[in-house]
Amino acid sequence: MAQRYQNIVIGGGHNGLTCAAELARAGQSVLVLEAAEDIGGAARTREFAPGAKVSACAHLLHAMPADLARELDLAGHGLGYAAQDMRTVSLSESGETIVLHGGTVQGKDVSEGDAAAYARFNVDMQRFAKALRPVFEDLAPELSIETWRQRMTLLGLGLRVRRLGRFHMRELLRIIGMNLYDLLDEYFESTQLKGAIAMDALLGGEWGARSMGSVLTYLYRVAGYQRNGGIGVALPKGGMGAVSAALAGAATAAGAEIRTGARVKQILVENDRAAGVELDSGERLDADHVISNADPKQTFLKLVSVDHLDTGFVRQVRNLRSSGKAAKLHLLLDGAPRFRGVDESELGARMLVAPGMDEIELAFNPSKYREYPAEPVLEIAVPSASDSSLAPQGQHVVSAVVQYVPYDDSPAEDANRAAFLETVLDQLERYAPGIRGQVLEAELLTPRDIEREFGITGGHWHHVELVFESFLFNRPIPALAQHQAPIAGLYLCGAGCHPGGNVMGIAGRNAAQQVLRGGH
Amino acid sequence: MIANTPNNLRPLTERPILETPFYESYKHLIQNDRYQEWAGYTTLESFACEGQEYFAVRNTCGVYDLCPMIKYDIGGPDAERYMNRLVTRDVRKVGPGRVAYSLWCDDNGHVIEDGTVFRFSANQFRLCCAERQIDWLMDSAIGYDVAIGDVTEDIAGLAVQGPISCTILKKMGFAGVETLKPFQLQHFSLDGCELMVSRTGFTGDLGYELWIGAEHAADLWQALFAAGEPHGIRMIGSTALDMLRIEAGLMQVGDEFMSCLQTVRLGRDRTPFELGLDWLVDLEKGHFNGRRALLEARRKGLKRKLVGLDIDWNKQADGALIYSSEDARRQIGEVTSALWSPTLKQNIALAFIDAPWFEGEQEMWAEIYLHRECQWERKMFRCRITRKPFYSPERRTLTPPNDM
Repeated sequence: MAQRYQNIVIGGGHNGLTCAAELARAGQSVLVLEAAEDIGGAARTREFAPGAKVSACAHLLHAMPADLARELDLAGHGLGYAAQDMRTVSLSESGETIVLHGGTVQGKDVSEGDAAAYARFNVDMQRFAKALRPVFEDLAPELSIETWRQRMTLLGLGLRVRRLGRFHMRELLRIIGMNLYDLLDEYFESTQLKGAIAMDALLGGEWGARSMGSVLTYLYRVAGYQRNGGIGVALPKGGMGAVSAALAGAATAAGAEIRTGARVKQILVENDRAAGVELDSGERLDADHVISNADPKQTFLKLVSVDHLDTGFVRQVRNLRSSGKAAKLHLLLDGAPRFRGVDESELGARMLVAPGMDEIELAFNPSKYREYPAEPVLEIAVPSASDSSLAPQGQHVVSAVVQYVPYDDSPAEDANRAAFLETVLDQLERYAPGIRGQVLEAELLTPRDIEREFGITGGHWHHVELVFESFLFNRPIPALAQHQAPIAGLYLCGAGCHPGGNVMGIAGRNAAQQVLRGGH
Repeated sequence: MIANTPNNLRPLTERPILETPFYESYKHLIQNDRYQEWAGYTTLESFACEGQEYFAVRNTCGVYDLCPMIKYDIGGPDAERYMNRLVTRDVRKVGPGRVAYSLWCDDNGHVIEDGTVFRFSANQFRLCCAERQIDWLMDSAIGYDVAIGDVTEDIAGLAVQGPISCTILKKMGFAGVETLKPFQLQHFSLDGCELMVSRTGFTGDLGYELWIGAEHAADLWQALFAAGEPHGIRMIGSTALDMLRIEAGLMQVGDEFMSCLQTVRLGRDRTPFELGLDWLVDLEKGHFNGRRALLEARRKGLKRKLVGLDIDWNKQADGALIYSSEDARRQIGEVTSALWSPTLKQNIALAFIDAPWFEGEQEMWAEIYLHRECQWERKMFRCRITRKPFYSPERRTLTPPNDM
């Protein structure tokens, strides 16, 4: 007789752990199955060279709801911050940096007009993000009016937008489908300022400042800042793995079991109901609910037999955009890097190489044609500047998101990766002269590597592109927007669900709510 | 390059209307000019007189050119699982050498089309239908180890239907053809080339369908008509076939329903239950496309259903709206296909009737417009629901058929 659980969560990523913790706190039995030897998924700290630790995929925390952290007592389970409310520094080759912090912008080349516009821009975006916040946090509203609950969610959304007042409502409806390029041009003169703001909307995705809907993803980011309890952009102490460890602590404290090194081979379906899972080892585990933290493509195209799914459903899942465009660079340096215009005491900032929106678009263009950019745009952190536990004494680790790297499964993949690492180091050298000579160890994870290491189809860290057409009731597809799969007892809890990616845990929490609500 | 491309994949400008492989054989029989395009082929509405063609099938033997019928060969290790997920019937119960009439639905349980599934062996099937389905079939193949080939242009087919059809086939030398039960298939040899005979058809009569490599089509036609000549064998066109299938109560895509992949307006899709084809849907066999939606549809009950109507008088009720009373205050349905049945001498129609009227025995009224000497007249005729098929002779299923 196989062991039986009320809930099995496939994947110990941060959403899977959040879901497990919520279910366990509600008194249900939960087993989390993680294929890797460590929990955390893409929120994981790992040693890439002796004594050198980095957040292996996501590296900055900015969108996790404060109430979730409180509810699960993540601080009590060891989550602390090495840095909070980090300043954003846009680097320049000339050393003329721009600093964005707390709604203000400073820099020698920033005009008074731009500084005032930045304040106005912030107020506008805060207002719109606030109106949309429930949309970015609650279960996706249903495009159906069969039940009162469904009617109320749609009505509520309409009311919130209406309550902005006629002027602001019209403005929100005007800009919501716009691209950020045009919107930022309406506000600002400074090329560098516009590039720095745009990066907030573009990290991780397969879209540029000129892509339709990039205003929506910017508001999405702003809503994250509003809910995170004032930590702004933060570095968890000990790296992103500390978030996962705290979530795992909360889950196990509530009674959940976590097994690592347990790769699920398939989700078992009996009588049109999820019955449990079979592991690679052949072991069978039974459950009332199976909740997948794996991305939708992996869940439905690999783990569930297609015998149980309809053709149209499979077609929609297969057509999901899930080709990652963000790579991750990890460096171990023999000392502190010297970025032009950045004092060593300021290394705890979040630094951007994004000279302008055109430069971002130019970096994006080659990736559309499966080529590597010549001058990639970067989001850089030096975590060891705030957290000395991450690097050996006197040395530093650099963690950088490298934007617009194609998913490369060609035979030349290894050669391309090696060549592109040189490109990225060349780009860094322009902004931090001498950094090449400081490198002791270097690692570049392309989207293909991220797919291999973290098991995310396409290496997309939002699982599914965070674009307008894959949002709300369309995320990942209409039939899955309420976390429930067409197969009774099967749920999705990962970033592929509304409200999506980043290290937030909201999808996991909402999925747990749906499991507890029952329905099927 | 073009020569090897299926016609439907050729650029529009280079896409001729094709003649079927039998066209050269029977073109001398064409006495009028009633052509009709079907799936890229030119076909005949009638050769000479549709009445004679109709009666050939009911009294002797009529032959219909099936070549434009779309034919997909589906094979591979997962073919049975693939087919079972695709169609609403339990394909596992269809043994090799059998044919099954079936439906396939989309995720919403709406009918895409109906057609016949031929099972040649454990892992080899053929699907025959009236409309092209390759995109749906290919997308349905995601996750299965199957190969799907469009063999429409490779296989020529003739429907040989009527009380004397079996006699003629025996005369052609197909020993044992009389032992074929309805929906059974068997392979024979015609001068050394393989010929498949299935006891299937669209006429509600005794009949067979003959399938052969397109390059041997002329040989088959010559042999068939040589054997059938003394018995009054006759080519028939689509008009006669339509009369026959209405008498047999058989629905046709484009008349009774639109493929749900082609509908534009809300509410124009149909479930198998609405089409009265519950017996083709095996909700107990495990999952198949649309099953969950069909369970839900069953729970909610029917809004309308396809039924047979018997209408007073003799005016064919094409397109007639059906009302609950003679004053036409409440419309409760509409006719999809109508016929003055030459065999039954009865005015029949297939019609969608709304709930709850499709269950009752009460009288209804058909609104029929008559065009008489260049003037329209509107008439209301009493009608009532009657059993389908309207006409089903014993010989349709009798095995072996009577020798004529």
